[in-house]
Amino acid sequence: MTINQIAQILEAEFICCEENKHNEVHSACGSDMMSDVLAYVKDQSVLITGLCNPQVVRTAEMMDMVCIVFVRGKRPSEEAIALAKQKGLVMMTTQHRMFSACGLLFSAGLASGN
Amino acid sequence: MQHIHLEYDVDGNNFVSAGQATENVKFCLKGLGINPQMIRRIAIAMYEGEINMVIHANGGKAIADIYMDKIVVQLVDTGEGIADINQAMQPGFSTATEDVRSLGFGAGMGLPNMRKYTDEFEIESTVGVGTHITMTVKF
Repeated sequence: MTINQIAQILEAEFICCEENKHNEVHSACGSDMMSDVLAYVKDQSVLITGLCNPQVVRTAEMMDMVCIVFVRGKRPSEEAIALAKQKGLVMMTTQHRMFSACGLLFSAGLASGN
Repeated sequence: MQHIHLEYDVDGNNFVSAGQATENVKFCLKGLGINPQMIRRIAIAMYEGEINMVIHANGGKAIADIYMDKIVVQLVDTGEGIADINQAMQPGFSTATEDVRSLGFGAGMGLPNMRKYTDEFEIESTVGVGTHITMTVKF
């Protein structure tokens, strides 16, 4: 699916880099623990998280991810947004909680990856 | 043999900037056309190291030497050192504070991750003196 479809499914609001919303993504990972993302993620291209600091962007970048979804209506810090803009990383925020955001995307065909 | 030598100061008082050295090295490796899988492995290991230096050692130095066939990254700090390295290498073992955990780190996966993603991993640490990590990823 495209990043734009993720935004539609989650009724999410784009925070930055909306111009990249037509990029295709195939798998995602949901976590508030960046250590776990670094330890277990392989080729997932979307990060779903409730954590809002700039290290979320750095972690996503290290893992070559292209989109971050913030759950529970959270908004990242200005520093995090600035960093994401530099890298062209799409950010969006949804009112859904982590469990339902992951469930909705999984039901719609987004995989958990390897 | 010619190689690229990069050296960075990792600011121990600035959690926001942690990972900058790794980003620079990653950018350099991309420019050299290194296989993205290899880049990701060293990037994860070096980033974990940077985070460790910020949260445990009040910063330090990150040094990367890029050769034709490998990259060697050294992380050197003058922090409090690690009393029991075997224990520190256990997945899940962490001395990080709740503050650090609330930032998304301190799950006790840093050192195990660094070993897991690199081809060679060496750690030397002396309590009260500091820690020196050397890790290599072969291209």
